[in-house]
Amino acid sequence: MSDEPNKGLQSPLRRKLLMGAAALPLVSILPRPSFGAGPATATVNTTGLAVTDTEVTVGILHSATGTMAISETGSIQAEKLAIEQINAAGGVLGRKIKFIQEDGASDWPTFAEKAKKLLVNDKVAAIMGCWTSASRKAVLPVVEQYNGMLYYPTFYEGLEQSKNVIYTGQEATQQILAGLNWIAKEKGAKSFFFIGSDYIWPRTSNKIARKHVENVLKGKVVGEEYYALGSTQFNSVINKIKLTKPDVIFTDVVGGSNVAFYKQLKAAGVDLSKQALLTISVTEDEIDGIGGENIAGAYACMKYFQSLDNANNKTFVPAFKKMWGEKTVIGDVTQAGYLGPWLWKLTCEKAGSFDVDKIAAASPGVEFKEAPEGYVRIHENHHLWSKTRVGRAKLDGQFELIFETADLIEPDPFPKGYQ
Amino acid sequence: MFGDYSIGELGSIFVMQGFAGLILFSVYVLMALGLAIIFGQMGVINMAHGEFMILGAYVTWMTSNLFQSYLPGLFSGYFFLAMMLAFLASGALGMLVEWGLIRHLYKRPLDTLLATWGLSLILQQAYRSVFGAREVGVELPQWMLGSLKVTDSIEVPINGIFVMGLTVSITCAVAYVIYKSRWGRQVRAVVQNRIMAGAVGINTEKVDRYTFGLGCGIAGVAGSAFTMIGSTGPTSGQLYIVDTFLVVVFGGAASLLGTIASAFSISQTQSTLEFFTSGSMAKVLTLLAVVGILMLRPQGLFALKVRK
Repeated sequence: MSDEPNKGLQSPLRRKLLMGAAALPLVSILPRPSFGAGPATATVNTTGLAVTDTEVTVGILHSATGTMAISETGSIQAEKLAIEQINAAGGVLGRKIKFIQEDGASDWPTFAEKAKKLLVNDKVAAIMGCWTSASRKAVLPVVEQYNGMLYYPTFYEGLEQSKNVIYTGQEATQQILAGLNWIAKEKGAKSFFFIGSDYIWPRTSNKIARKHVENVLKGKVVGEEYYALGSTQFNSVINKIKLTKPDVIFTDVVGGSNVAFYKQLKAAGVDLSKQALLTISVTEDEIDGIGGENIAGAYACMKYFQSLDNANNKTFVPAFKKMWGEKTVIGDVTQAGYLGPWLWKLTCEKAGSFDVDKIAAASPGVEFKEAPEGYVRIHENHHLWSKTRVGRAKLDGQFELIFETADLIEPDPFPKGYQ
Repeated sequence: MFGDYSIGELGSIFVMQGFAGLILFSVYVLMALGLAIIFGQMGVINMAHGEFMILGAYVTWMTSNLFQSYLPGLFSGYFFLAMMLAFLASGALGMLVEWGLIRHLYKRPLDTLLATWGLSLILQQAYRSVFGAREVGVELPQWMLGSLKVTDSIEVPINGIFVMGLTVSITCAVAYVIYKSRWGRQVRAVVQNRIMAGAVGINTEKVDRYTFGLGCGIAGVAGSAFTMIGSTGPTSGQLYIVDTFLVVVFGGAASLLGTIASAFSISQTQSTLEFFTSGSMAKVLTLLAVVGILMLRPQGLFALKVRK
């Protein structure tokens, strides 16, 4: 099965054919995956998960309502696409994936409660879910207590590792260091101004970035500012930026504040084609709200851009748009969300089982060669080996790839010398 | 922090920082004005104020899309029409809400708090279902972008000047309507003594409905203007609600002048502190100052008579 991973892309076509041919008695002649031909349920499921001879159930746990729905919608869409493709390609161990979707409603206790419901009542074999670090921290004790498997898609601050979690996004050092190195070399940057939203991810990321700038790049941080989540007024900090004239503005502002920040930066006459700005929090999703004209010229540092030019991505992007609409954009986290179901499927096949303990043990070393970002492999520490890339924002809201690391970067959730 | 800069540079920065403070002041007045009318004149705590603003923002977004598709030649002027439509849409929704919900709760002012909070959740989910969970980007005409170069080193954002002008005109218009027009006299009469106002022949229900509509309509205009400086999404209204209440309560709920004075003092304190300390610290210090002053003066800066 794993030799034909692209087969999934034929799925919408096949569905149309099936619909058109529904009236014909010959429908059984059409190629369709036959479920139920896999190994016996008793051997692949020894811990009472929701696995039958023909089906296996997984959970999707994101915020479809509330303030985080802006960001998490993309992850939900990517995970559903991956599940549909896997099913069209024959499912997992001969079983069709059925999903139960729960809404975390942007509320962290709700996330924990729904995770418990998925694990205890629904006995799901894996959960694709969470987005913010706060929601992951709320769910973590639940998946550890009830021994579930969580595939977490967001780039995050690191300092965490669990047998029960696979982190499909980048941790902070993986995402940041290569970008800083690049901009220091390319722009000869020596002075940096940090501005972020005031919570754990920007603060931890900036701490790592500061150590790197000061100790490795021998540069200087001329300002470090945090604004409360949801702040909409940045004129004062923009004046400070004008006063200190940093070589690089390094930002991890998130959510609605992002839009305000870039609009006001542009209105204040800061020209991003002259003033270098490196962001680790703006993906194609965010640009939808910010407006390409407000951010064109800024550099973003992450592992995936929708514009990546490789064979995997060229089949992934049209499949995504076909399922979710021509205007949808695909950001870094959306792509990482897409990896979750695929990595789980590949791991199940490697382990020959749905049991969580066997999945956790078999995960290190699992490779996904058809990843839209190119190629990923799971590390011993349950994070992914991945490349880091720098893109420049264009007027049309897409990124132009400027730089990518030659090799995969090793995930290092507990970086020495950066804490 | 200032050792390395010339006098000229410092001068320009202080001028720009002064403008930043004035822009923040205009933004505060604009978002608080509608609430001040509703809270001050009617005693209704409207928790859905932010959602009325976002309705205005979505109307602006739809207008800009319509102009782009059908009237690209007139795109540079669409914003004025969008603001009017935003006023009408939010005002109409406000009147509907007053008729269907608020008027049944005038005798139970605290219940309006709960009812309008529920309304805000309903509206957020409605926006999410209609417009999608993602934020939308409102495209602005070219002339509204960028900044005005006053001297070589002093640059003032054009959209900031626009917001300032808008705030001044709307505030003047509201002051005129409330204090000079016949209808404004009726509103004030109802505020002072509802029973007597009814006895002399004022249709108090109608006055209530239009007052509520006016407040919501102004919120819509504010939302429309804020597409220039902030985000437009289903929950963006929540970004403004805390600051809005802060300004109105601090100013003394029933006084327009109080709202303006309070917006001025809060914005100047905040923007000065932001410059000399940091973003989060400025917020903390400002809030501490406001809490301290409210402890000494619970009725706010300017206290007028409130409906009993």
